[in-house]
Order: sequence, then structure tokens, then C-alpha cells
Amino acid sequence: MAEQAIDLSKMTISDEVAVQISNMNKWYGQFHVLRDVNMTVHKGERIVICGPSGSGKSTLIRCINRLEEHQSGQIVVDGTELTNDLKNIDKVRSEVGMVFQHFNLFPHLTILENCTLAPIWVRKIPKREAEETAMHFLSKVKIPDQAHKYPGQLSGGQQQRVAIARSLCMRPRIMLFDEPTSALDPEMIKEVLDTMISLAEEGMTMLCVTHEMGFAQAVANRVIFMDKGQIVEQNSPREFFNNPQSERTKLFLSQILGH
Amino acid sequence: MAFVQDAPKDSFRLGMLIYDTRYRSITIQVVVLILFLLFLSWLVNNTAQNLAAKGRTFDFGFLWMRAGYDINQRLVDYTNDSTHMRAAFIGLLNTLLAAFVGCIIATILGVVIGVLRLSKNWIVSRLMTVYVEIFRNVPVLLWILLAATILSETTPQPRDFRQTPEMEQAGEEPKASMLFGIIAVTNRGTVIPEPKFCIGKPQAECDADPNEGGLGVIDLGIFKVSLNLLALLVVFGGSIFVNSRITKQANATQEATGIRPVTWWKSLAVLIIPSAILLWALGLHFVVPELKGFNFVGGISVLHSFTALTLALALYTAAFIAEIVRAGIMAISRGQSEAAAALGLRPGRTMSLVILPQALRVIIPPLISQYLNLTKNTSLAIAVSYMDLRGTLGGITLNQTGKELECMLLMMGIYLTISLIISALMNLFNRAVKLKER
Ligand SMILES: Nc1ncnc2c1ncn2[C@@H]1O[C@H](COP(=O)(O)OP(=O)(O)OP(=O)(O)O)[C@@H](O)[C@H]1O
Ligand SMILES: [Mg+2]
Repeated sequence: MAEQAIDLSKMTISDEVAVQISNMNKWYGQFHVLRDVNMTVHKGERIVICGPSGSGKSTLIRCINRLEEHQSGQIVVDGTELTNDLKNIDKVRSEVGMVFQHFNLFPHLTILENCTLAPIWVRKIPKREAEETAMHFLSKVKIPDQAHKYPGQLSGGQQQRVAIARSLCMRPRIMLFDEPTSALDPEMIKEVLDTMISLAEEGMTMLCVTHEMGFAQAVANRVIFMDKGQIVEQNSPREFFNNPQSERTKLFLSQILGH
Repeated sequence: MAFVQDAPKDSFRLGMLIYDTRYRSITIQVVVLILFLLFLSWLVNNTAQNLAAKGRTFDFGFLWMRAGYDINQRLVDYTNDSTHMRAAFIGLLNTLLAAFVGCIIATILGVVIGVLRLSKNWIVSRLMTVYVEIFRNVPVLLWILLAATILSETTPQPRDFRQTPEMEQAGEEPKASMLFGIIAVTNRGTVIPEPKFCIGKPQAECDADPNEGGLGVIDLGIFKVSLNLLALLVVFGGSIFVNSRITKQANATQEATGIRPVTWWKSLAVLIIPSAILLWALGLHFVVPELKGFNFVGGISVLHSFTALTLALALYTAAFIAEIVRAGIMAISRGQSEAAAALGLRPGRTMSLVILPQALRVIIPPLISQYLNLTKNTSLAIAVSYMDLRGTLGGITLNQTGKELECMLLMMGIYLTISLIISALMNLFNRAVKLKER
């Protein structure tokens, strides 16, 4: 993070809305996981979501690309409302990329094939072109030389960078990250965070569930704190860390920062 | 040059045979081999002496002698004047038929049940669980006996299918009726329609002729080959070849333009139309069994012993295959389908591009052993007197000739050969879908 060329805090955020969630509720059977969630994400925003385990962070961002279904309220992604309409779901998924905690690369395909699978079958791009795009993004995450290996032959950090490249190959406008570094050894966390920072510098709209508070301070323009399925507090990182409002936030911060 | 030397060699000492890792394993193998050969020669010697003491010889000459018994299910020509070898061959074909049909039914049923068991529908998945638990936890022999009992005890006699004039007057229906109007399940067997070919003759004339009709057959000596079937195979093989070309072309178009041309209707047409035309030209028609007097004429009569054996083996093995399929799909983590969905792949594509290629690797090895089990279990045919290899060679032939040792060894050799062939074929398939990584 040392040679940061662009000051992220000065980057402009457009007025255009990328994701609009209003009065959204979700249940798992009897269990009320998300309660009355309201949230607006503008294009170019970099949002970090944090909160204690089980508070519903993963569920929230998985609702945004409909890996989970919400039961009431509204989710609009880039002007498309998520309903049971398959066309809308396809449209949203092709605009929203997602990176998982456990990478979820396809072990039977090479790195290159992992990156070209969806562009070829979903975007219907000619193979040659898809491979060029894939190589472009693989160079961006700094592993072009691994293109013909299989995921099992790569380190965790490399695998997660491939997962990021794989998402980028679909040219998404919004990226979701669900604890992208928490399955990694400490020495590999930095390489993945660096990749995410360079993505932020290019103006990508990002929603990131993470416990990396250093990353939140450096990259996020807004931090959202969730507890028991609700958004308890949201603020700029500076305010959030230095001047938390609610007791629950204070307790969480004291635990996670270890004071 | 002679001066360019390898690494200096230790001079060889006898102790190295035991203590040197390079020689130790060879030493052990040689010793084991010698012991095994000694044991084998003792066994053969001993047996030969015992046989000699009883005044019997060890030879296979009986195979060329007249069998003298009838076999109730013959896939190729056989009379009681045929040799024991011929009888064994008939038995082998019956074994293979039961194994082949059984494996196909078991696979289809097993895959469907395995997939349904993962269904989100509580009732469906529970029903499938019950099926699996019931079938795999009762010995297969009991299932075979149960199937045979049901088939022979609960089915109507052929005459029950008749409608007597009195019944007609009273407006009564016959006691039994045919399945779909073409299949008659009676206590003597199941009569199904028989395919017949007919060229350039009135159909009735062809039907009266016991021969196959159409192009006829060529006699290879051991068995006759139906030219109709051969022609069909050739034409269908051609269709498959053309279809593979269509697929290849579609792949190439997709690589070049990104758009995959819609080919399913072309494939369907190429696969079906030529064969259909051929069958029409050969005059294919089905002779539906008909009640004449107290029995059915026309059609093919399938023995209950065959149906019971095959069905029970298939239902039983399907339970195991269902578990294998379920485990194979479950072994692929949920993360895989989630990642595919997040990339925008639809469930069908996710299944064919992401889940199946991985699941097949897990499924195939245990599937092979289920096929082998089913094939070997066909020897339980003894329970329902189905004349398989064991019933002919290992049954009547063995009893008539008293050549126990020869018959047993032959049977073991044949079962071993069948199993090895199945393994080899499935392993070839396995290699084709195997993961190349790590
Ligand atoms: N498929 C499911 N069925 C039932 N309950 C679930 C399911 N998935 C999650 N939950 C429950 O919903 C709650 C929220 O889960 P979620 O994964 O969103 O939490 P999280 O904030 O991401 O936690 P963590 O930091 O541990 O990842 C948890 O209490 C969890 O037990
Ligand atoms: Mg989570």
C-alpha cells in the first residue's frame, strides 16, 4: 500500500445509484436473518461491511446477486429489480462479480479455462477473444505465467487472485467480496488486498465483507456495521473508527482492534 | 570410452540381497514367487494323483460330446443333439443377457433415484431413501425369490384372457387383459410383440415364416448374424459419425464467433431419419401376441425366471448406484455451483460444465464394481432355474459328465474373463473423464 499513486479519499463518487435496497427482509425458515435493511450504493463507492459472526453480512451481499432470495422489500441493481424473473436475475448476475472466502475455482479446468468459461458460455464471446481478455486480467493480478496450470497447483493467495480475475473477465460493474482474505495465510493477505486496492483505484464499485480494518481505513469511503441482521451504523472510516456512535459498535471495535 | 565410468559400484555381497534397498524387494518377490509355484505344483500334483486313484482323468473331451438336454431359453440355435460346449455357450449368452439388461436398468434407475434423493422436496427425497434402505438391506437372493414368486403366483393363466361367448352375452369383461394391449403377462411367462422384417411379400406370408425375413441371416457356424440388425448398426454408426461432425463444427463456430449454432434438431434428424427409412424399407413390423385356444401365439415369450432374476438384480443394484451417484454429486461442494451461478451460468450449463465433469470422476470407479457385482450375482439364477452358464455348464453338464473340476475351472475362467473385460472397458471410459491436475 506504500506506493499508492491515487488518493482514494479524493476519488469522485457519482450520483448514479448502483445498488438500492429498501425495506428488505429475509428469513431462513423461522429465523429472521435480515431485518428492514435499507441501503444505497452509488457508482464508484467502496463499502466495507463488518460485524460479529452470524450478523448476516454474507447473507446481505449474497442477496445482491440472488444467491439468496429475499422475502420482502426491494433490491434494485443497476436499474434492474431482483424478482423471480429469470431474465432479471441473469442480467444482474452478468453485471455483478463475486469473490468467495474459499475461492471456489473450478478444479477440473485450467486457470485460463476458469477465466474463459463464463465469457464463452454466458457472454458468447469467441474463444480467442475470451482468452485475450483472460490473459489481460491475469496479468493485472500478476499471474499470467500460471495460465495453464490447474487451481490445485497454486497457492491460496494466487488462487484468490485468479478468482478475482475470473470475475473481472465478465466485465462486471459491481464487485462483491465475502471475506476474501480470511482463508489465507498472513503473508498472502497483502497480495490479495493489493489487487483489490488497484481495482478500487480504477473506480470499481465494491462491497466488501472483511475484518481487515487496515483495508477499510485505506480504501473504503463508507463502513457499514451490522449486528443481528440489522444495519446498526454507517459512516466514513475516519468517523467510524474514531467516533463510533452505538454501544454495540464500540464493543465490536474494542474486540476486533484488540484493546 | 571405457574410461568414462559410472559411479563406483560396491562389490556385490550376498548380504545385500537382504539389507540393500535396491535388491531387497526383488529378493522378496522372487522368494514369494517360488513359494507360490511350489504350492501350485503340489496342488496340481495332489489333485492329479487323487483323480488317478479314483480312476478318473483330467480332460476336456466331454465338451465335444452330445449334451442331450434341453434349454428353455436359447438366444441362438440349440437342440439336445448339440454338444456340451454349445450348451455352455447358450448358458454364457443367457448370463450375458441378464447382466447386460440388468446393468442398463440399474444404471437408469440408480441415477434417477440418486438425483431425486437430493431433491428439495421432502416427500420425494424421503421416498427414495426408503427405497435405498429397503433394497440394499435385504439379501439379493430374497429379492430374486420374491420377484419369481410374485410373477408366478399373482399372474393370470392365459385362458383368463379369453372372453367366452357366454361372457360376451352377459357383457362381462375377461378376467385379465393385456398391458397396453400388446404385452401379456401370464403365469407361464411374459409375451411381448416380436419384430419381423418383410420385403416384397405380403405380411401374412412373412409372419407365417419362422425365419426373420427381410435381408435374412448369414450363418457364421457358431451363430447366425441378422443382416437386418447389421444393416441397422451400420446405418446408425454412420449417423453417429455424421452427428459428431456436426458437433465439431458447432464447436468450431462457437470458438470463432462466440455464438453456438443451434444443432439439436439437426442431430435429432441425422440420428433418427436414416435408421427409420432403413427399417421402413426392410418392412419392420411387430407381431402382437394373440390368444388362440388356451395359449398365446405370435410374439416372443420371456421366461419369468429371466424377468425375476434381471429385475431383482437391477432393483437391488440400483439402490447401491443411487448412493454412489448421490455421494458423487454431494462431493462437489456447494461453492462450485454458487461460483458458477455468480458468473451467470444457468443450472443446466452448471451441471454439464462444472458439476458432472467433477462428479463422474468420483462415480465411475465404484460404479465399475457394482457392474461386476451384478454380473457375478447373475449366478444366483440357480434359485429360479434360469439356465445361465452355471445352470448349463456348472449344472446339468457337470452332473451328467461328473467332470466337476473341469467344469468349475472353466466357469471360473469365464467369469474372470467377463469381469476383466468389463473392468477394462470402464477404465478406458474413466481415463477419458479423469482430472489431469495435481
Ligand atoms: N442456509 C441457511 N439456513 C439457515 N440459517 C442460515 C443459513 N445460512 C446462514 N444462516 C444463519 O443466518 C445467520 C447469518 O449468517 P451469515 O452467513 O450471513 O453471517 P455472517 O455475518 O456472514 O457471519 P460470518 O462472519 O461468520 O461469516 C447465521 O446465524 C447463520 O447461522
Ligand atoms: Mg459470512
